[in-house]
Amino acid sequence: MQHPTELLLQMYAAMTRIRAFEEQIAALFRQGRLPGFVHLYSGEEAVAVGACSALRHDDRITSTHRGHGHLIAKGADLDRMMAELFGRRTGYCKGKGGSMHISDISLGILGANGIVGGGMPIATGAGLADSVLGRDLVTICFFGDGAANQGVLLESLNLSAIWSLPVIYLCENNQYTEWMRTESVTAGRIADRAIPFGVPGIQVDGNDVEAVFDVVSGAVARARSGGGPSLIEAATYRHHAHNEGEEVFSGVYRPKEEIAAWKERDPIRRLRARLVGTDASATDLDRLDADAKDAVEAAVVFAEASPFPEPHEALEDLFARS
Amino acid sequence: MRTIYFTAAIREAFDAAMAEDPRVVVLGEDVDRSTIGSTKGLIETYGPSRVRNTPISEATFVGSCVGAAAAGLRPVVDLMFSSFCYIAMDQLGNQAARLRYMSGGQLELPIVYLAGTGPSGSAAAQHSENPHAILMHLSGLKVVFPSTPFDAKGLLLAAIRDPDPVVFLLDLMLAGQKGEVPAEPFEVPLGKAAVRRVGDDVTIVAIGSLVGESLIAADELERDGISATVIDLRSLVPLDLEAVLASVRRTGRLVVADPARRMCGAAGHIVSAVATTAWDALKAPPQLVTWPDVPMPFSPVLERAVTVRAENISAAARATVGRI
Repeated sequence: MQHPTELLLQMYAAMTRIRAFEEQIAALFRQGRLPGFVHLYSGEEAVAVGACSALRHDDRITSTHRGHGHLIAKGADLDRMMAELFGRRTGYCKGKGGSMHISDISLGILGANGIVGGGMPIATGAGLADSVLGRDLVTICFFGDGAANQGVLLESLNLSAIWSLPVIYLCENNQYTEWMRTESVTAGRIADRAIPFGVPGIQVDGNDVEAVFDVVSGAVARARSGGGPSLIEAATYRHHAHNEGEEVFSGVYRPKEEIAAWKERDPIRRLRARLVGTDASATDLDRLDADAKDAVEAAVVFAEASPFPEPHEALEDLFARS
Repeated sequence: MRTIYFTAAIREAFDAAMAEDPRVVVLGEDVDRSTIGSTKGLIETYGPSRVRNTPISEATFVGSCVGAAAAGLRPVVDLMFSSFCYIAMDQLGNQAARLRYMSGGQLELPIVYLAGTGPSGSAAAQHSENPHAILMHLSGLKVVFPSTPFDAKGLLLAAIRDPDPVVFLLDLMLAGQKGEVPAEPFEVPLGKAAVRRVGDDVTIVAIGSLVGESLIAADELERDGISATVIDLRSLVPLDLEAVLASVRRTGRLVVADPARRMCGAAGHIVSAVATTAWDALKAPPQLVTWPDVPMPFSPVLERAVTVRAENISAAARATVGRI
């Protein structure tokens, strides 16, 4: 399908923002400037951006422990994300969430989630609410190949299917469940898990942002018109560790040749090659790259200049009515 | 005033909540017919979109309420038996109890998880649980445990109108009991204990069906010249420690009757709160009346050996006044 230049450039800009953000986080982590631990999304940008580009501003997503990319693709503010990663009061969660728990309800981001598969019932319920209240909103539930083996996937597919809920279960199969090859712990094709429920199960090249956009757009149209849920499995690869710093215990678990082969299929490089000469000049794209780096650097400055929460704030925000 | 069954009182609260707010939906297994009658007939009035039978998928329907509440519904889940909340523990402990706090207060999660709870007569270890202590420990869930039909109606309506997730435990020993309940909607506030009887010698703090047992025990104690206060906690999170402390400061003696195992339980929590803040007021060591630390057995003889009755409570009260 032919896509307008404007859309392609928006997608390119979003992907480079994610890449710049994640590479900055990797550097900050190495320098010991971040508390906690982080799971980076570099290499998988086409999934988040292709999918979120098929959504309206008021549609919803649930995200994962590897969630920075989904949030940026859905429009999250880099300053507030970075401040959250630094544990500052100006962060999205006032320093109570950190990397794995960022949400922005105003953007329909119902939260990254530190529990593998934790977002599946939540997305299903968001779909239920929109269905009962007669809204035409759609929810995308991002999850990884590891979460495909959680029982709540099958329960959620069943519930969404019987109630025809507007939910898209989007599996990012990055080939590794933590440090295990996914096929060593996963029977069959993940997309096929939809079939017994009468739900479409579609595989797509997760490093091809246009292909992801097309497949997700189809599922969104189906969901928005009352046609019910879909399961999409996007094949992709993470450039970084399961979590940064894994090398102290993980050993080498991914062949060098495999990493090199997937980097050859880098989704950003691929889109760039597709755009240069037809839709944009190299200079145009360089400018988008530079804008992304500038925005991320500004976010670091904002975060580091922001105050930490006061200790007593640990006792706030538990209940809406105490 | 008219008297109605405990389950009818709950049904009236559902009816009032669904009539006043179209965002209230009821989910669970067989909620159209309702195994104990608390949701019976709602589907005729409110239709299948708002009264939804679910598959037997506790993790997902408990968790889906988190997303549904975040997206604007006010879901009420009937878990049938509280033992089943363990199937959904990730969704209760890691999601429902966490999302508001983790998001820095961005979300309100107005959810009610209603479940029949406790022993109901040889239901054995997987249908007799009282999980309130575990739920209290999570931080992020409110927990109510009424002992009268009046409180059942008022607390359920308050719970449904509350902006936070509330677990509503319906003591199965009380489901067939009747009590006075106004016909019109009303609230019993969360976090307020009720003093059911006032006495000078000992304070008996009780939960659920043990409130009734404590009142029987208090009658018996009175015949022996021991005068007991009986406090019905009603709400465990928030917990009305002020009411307990005020009474213990007056009587100097404390018995806590909790229909649950002792290890890390609500009874121990209350005793520790009193011991650490009102030690000077205590005239005798506090007594805990609980189940022993075993799963609930099946045989009626064994179940009776494990559960708490009035004579256990009165014996504990006698111990505090040195008259065993």
